[in-house]
Amino acid sequence: MAAQTVASTTNAETSADSAPSTNSADLGPAAALSCRECGHRVPLGPVFACEECFGPLEIAYDFSAYDTEELRKRIEAGPANIWRYAPLLPVPADVATKPNINPGWTKLVKADNLARELGVDPGKLFVKDDSGNPTHSFKDRVVAQALEAARVFGFTTLSCSSTGNLAGAVGAAAARAGFRSCVFIPHDLEQGKVVMAAVYGGELVGIEGNYDDVNRFCSELIGDPAGEGWGFVNVNLRPYYAEGSKTLAYEICEQLGWQLPDQLVVPIASGSQLTKIDKGLQELIKLGLVEDKPYKIFGAQAEGCSPVSVAYKAGHDVVRPQKPNTIAKSLAIGNPADGPYVLDIARRTGGAVEDVNDEQVVDAIKLLARTEGIFAETAGGVTVGVAKKLIENGLLDPSLTTVVLNTGDGLKTLDAVAGTGLTATIRPSLDSFREAGLG
Amino acid sequence: MSVNVRIPTILRTYTGGKAEVAAEGSTLAEVIADLEKNHTGIAARVLDDQGKLRRFVNVYVNDDDVRFEQGLETATPDGAGVSIIPAVAGG
Repeated sequence: MAAQTVASTTNAETSADSAPSTNSADLGPAAALSCRECGHRVPLGPVFACEECFGPLEIAYDFSAYDTEELRKRIEAGPANIWRYAPLLPVPADVATKPNINPGWTKLVKADNLARELGVDPGKLFVKDDSGNPTHSFKDRVVAQALEAARVFGFTTLSCSSTGNLAGAVGAAAARAGFRSCVFIPHDLEQGKVVMAAVYGGELVGIEGNYDDVNRFCSELIGDPAGEGWGFVNVNLRPYYAEGSKTLAYEICEQLGWQLPDQLVVPIASGSQLTKIDKGLQELIKLGLVEDKPYKIFGAQAEGCSPVSVAYKAGHDVVRPQKPNTIAKSLAIGNPADGPYVLDIARRTGGAVEDVNDEQVVDAIKLLARTEGIFAETAGGVTVGVAKKLIENGLLDPSLTTVVLNTGDGLKTLDAVAGTGLTATIRPSLDSFREAGLG
Repeated sequence: MSVNVRIPTILRTYTGGKAEVAAEGSTLAEVIADLEKNHTGIAARVLDDQGKLRRFVNVYVNDDDVRFEQGLETATPDGAGVSIIPAVAGG
């Protein structure tokens, strides 16, 4: 078994944002925090922005101790959840023994029926269905990761700004781990998401404003004494939280038999998930766990909140914020922090960023449900709708292995397909059955 | 024009640990220049080499994101609240 690296014990930064201090951070192979913009490095701690340039801090690892084949065996012998990849994540080596929601190892569905409808070659189209996670969205991956960091840094309250899915994931993880949770959401979220967040018993606060307003509020709360001791999973724990999305890349490749897909269609909200999927793929290549070959990453947005798509099509490398207006509320981040990186990755890999309107989102939800028996939330409608559009536009090659992400369960966004209902109402008789044209 | 500026944690080394400071100026650019006068070094953290807002800095005048207004030329009325926030959260 490969040993965990020795670079994992560092001092938490004393200037950490409203955090309990800790003298050591046992976060496995994580070696430091590094600014994605300027490269400035700081010790591991609950900080998220570079003190030099405000750029996002991300985890720098030391994987030098790993032998490729030993690592592969260790992963394959691991639990059927994200902790099978613990050697590649900022978590303690014994993470699987701690109370957590243990998400991941969701199905990679070979979608031949959908492929037929979209004109993709048989056996080439897959849906990575993350609705199978404990709270029915991919957010369980990032929250499980953030929870471990919160534990290491001594937080006792778990919080977040959320478009809904994250709120539920935080509530569930906090309940399992015995943390207090207090999460903030836009006041007008879909009822299903409100219920699915509130049921875990934590505090759920509606903010009069959109997601960007909620986000701003949380960022200010962190710098205030009122937020002292709070671990905001997507703010001051963000460098750790974001790494959870790498597990999507790891799982897809392992489920494809340790091969890179040729093309991926990934939704964009903040852009974090897409950038971390790329990071995960690059790590697998560098570690020798997959054979290096070109892959393309396509970003998917809803037209009513498409700042990254607009920037991509205009050839810009900066993203102009928008005021969101779409049914795809889990993607409705008008000021996506990782937008510039998404543009970089789409262009570097030869992918693209595309958007679809709300009607196309609903059509795509129904298409996926009708062809594959997968009921996606609106974000899944966005990725399937964009995949369809990319094929029609000739940007996505139907002869190559393609993975489309479904990041959440359709039960969370029932309003989107509210018009779907009974085919007929009949009397309980065979005559009535025949009269309705059903026999 | 006197405004109240909320300072994020990572810039409080420049303000002696204060979370809020007063500054003068009728536009955001003038407010930042005044901040620099009293808290040397802070402007270079907020602005890039070309004197533009760094891309990972969000600034709000009252409740308005200045990127939706006039950027550094956004007016800062007397008594306004200015918030400087790292643009890293979200998702």
